[in-house]
Amino acid sequence: MDSLTILGVVSIITAGACMAIGSIAPALGEARAVSTALSSIAQQPDEAGTISRTLFVGLAMIESVAIYCFVVSMILIFANPFWNYVVSKTGG
Amino acid sequence: MVSETITPDQVILWQRGFLVLNSTICYTWGVMALLTLGSWLITRRLSFDAKLSRWQNLLEIIVVFVQEQIREISDQEPARYLPYIGTLFLFVAVSNVLEVLPGYHAPTASLSTNSALAISVLFAVPIYGITEQGFFSYVRHYVQPSVIMLPFHILGELSRTLALAVRLFGNMMSGAKIAAILLAVAPLFLPILMNALGLLIGLIQAYIFAILAMVYIASAGNAHRSKNEDHHGEEFEKREKRHG
Repeated sequence: MDSLTILGVVSIITAGACMAIGSIAPALGEARAVSTALSSIAQQPDEAGTISRTLFVGLAMIESVAIYCFVVSMILIFANPFWNYVVSKTGG
Repeated sequence: MVSETITPDQVILWQRGFLVLNSTICYTWGVMALLTLGSWLITRRLSFDAKLSRWQNLLEIIVVFVQEQIREISDQEPARYLPYIGTLFLFVAVSNVLEVLPGYHAPTASLSTNSALAISVLFAVPIYGITEQGFFSYVRHYVQPSVIMLPFHILGELSRTLALAVRLFGNMMSGAKIAAILLAVAPLFLPILMNALGLLIGLIQAYIFAILAMVYIASAGNAHRSKNEDHHGEEFEKREKRHG
């Protein structure tokens, strides 16, 4: 395989693996946060406003880990910084 | 936006020499003009009696909502924070919601816009803190509880700025991206559903951006205050009495 093919294969596989592995932990974390918040609201319905606002902020924090993975895989697929370099080196 | 471009910075509308007008700049100014003109038109004829125009009613709902949120988060009068937090919320929300218009690219789907917003938050936190507590007592919280924590405080401020920018960018870019990909795969109904989901996500992200900015500002102010005044205990007792 020439280096362009290797680069393409590695980029695509890495992007998929980054998304797949990187979304496990945030999914578990978000599920745990939501379930805890739901049981808290069930126990104290008066505090539902405060709990849900804190829940939103916390979810955004947890979610940003998955978002980082998403941004990295998007960069790998659509805006790979090494692509033009390899193309210019191999003259293809 | 074709599916190969991941930011509207790459969509160039007009170019002459080194002057490049990409769609981020264009639509940012569009949103700013829309907000300014809209507010000017609505607040031109304010009425104080019971009969409101419907636009004044809309604007009052938004302002009161932002005030309530600020008051609940910071336990302070919202008047100081309202201009900054309200502007952040309105700009992000309007530029996200306008995405239903065909041909429009949300400026928040570009990392440069979001970095600018996040850097403004990075500077707003010490500015609000210093005007509230004075320079030295604000700077002192960087070395609490000991000097060893100084680099961690600074790292924390920088990394949360990065997180603020990348979070909004990732969410908005993923919305535009998924809509573009689905348009190629299943162009009949699914893009509409994804656009509706994108509207919801856009509003939530605008809310979260403003809330996080407020939380950062309030926490920089509170770290100092809660140490000096011991009124939290009294407040708790008062609340207990009221409920029980």
